[in-house]
Amino acid sequence: MSAASPTQALLLATILFATGLLGVLARRNLLLMLMSIEIMLNAAALAFIAAGARWHAAQGQVMFLMILSLAAAEAAVGLAIILRLHAAGRPTLDADTGNRLKG
Amino acid sequence: MSDLPFILFSLVAACAAIMVITRAVPVHALLYLVVLLLSLAGVFQALGAPFAAMLEIIIYAGAVIVLFVFVVMMLNLGRTDRDRERHWMAPGIWIGPAILACLLLAALCITLRALPPTAGPDTLVPIGPQAVGIMLYGPYVLSVELASFLLLTGLVSAFHIGSNIRGTGTATEEA
Repeated sequence: MSAASPTQALLLATILFATGLLGVLARRNLLLMLMSIEIMLNAAALAFIAAGARWHAAQGQVMFLMILSLAAAEAAVGLAIILRLHAAGRPTLDADTGNRLKG
Repeated sequence: MSDLPFILFSLVAACAAIMVITRAVPVHALLYLVVLLLSLAGVFQALGAPFAAMLEIIIYAGAVIVLFVFVVMMLNLGRTDRDRERHWMAPGIWIGPAILACLLLAALCITLRALPPTAGPDTLVPIGPQAVGIMLYGPYVLSVELASFLLLTGLVSAFHIGSNIRGTGTATEEA
């Protein structure tokens, strides 16, 4: 079982991705949806790392760095949009009320 | 059982992920998200990627989570959100889908276990920061530039979105 670590890591990545997808689909709080997206990005990064470990290639960690920068930019822009929504007088963070955006 | 730390990290990560998406209060979900990221760093270390593990701790569990905590502190979330989320997360609704999803997961585990082991290295050799750096600044230097473009775009758009928050607030109050 010692050589099966990449397979188990892929299994863990599947579980994490499904959990994050469920969070995005089921939760309506914008902050929690952003956190679920972070979970999904982490699952993708874990899949890359596992593949890199399986084939002894450093490209997996290179792609991890790309995902890391993507996640940082996504969190910054998403949280700025949440702050903007809140500052516009919206009392709740419910994503269902986002259909009244304008401008 | 040299795999024991890996299995422990994986179990903690899966449980923490489920706890993140079922919390009603965002701060509690953030605490579980930190646990999830730290355990994922442990998984990376066990997979032979120490550089990725350290970056996971420094950037994810450090910078991104601090950003989230900052926004949670700035927003003064009311009780209506929490009650509505609790209403959505009534356990009676979720029992059936959860059982079916667990069955699917068990089937996936059995399928993965039944696969013949592919020819590959028997032991995991760690890939250190030196190999990653050589790869990053050798054939992948263009993607490093693209990542810097992406970060610059994120910086500019976050600055633009958040630039005149005060102005919109007063405009909404006046309207």
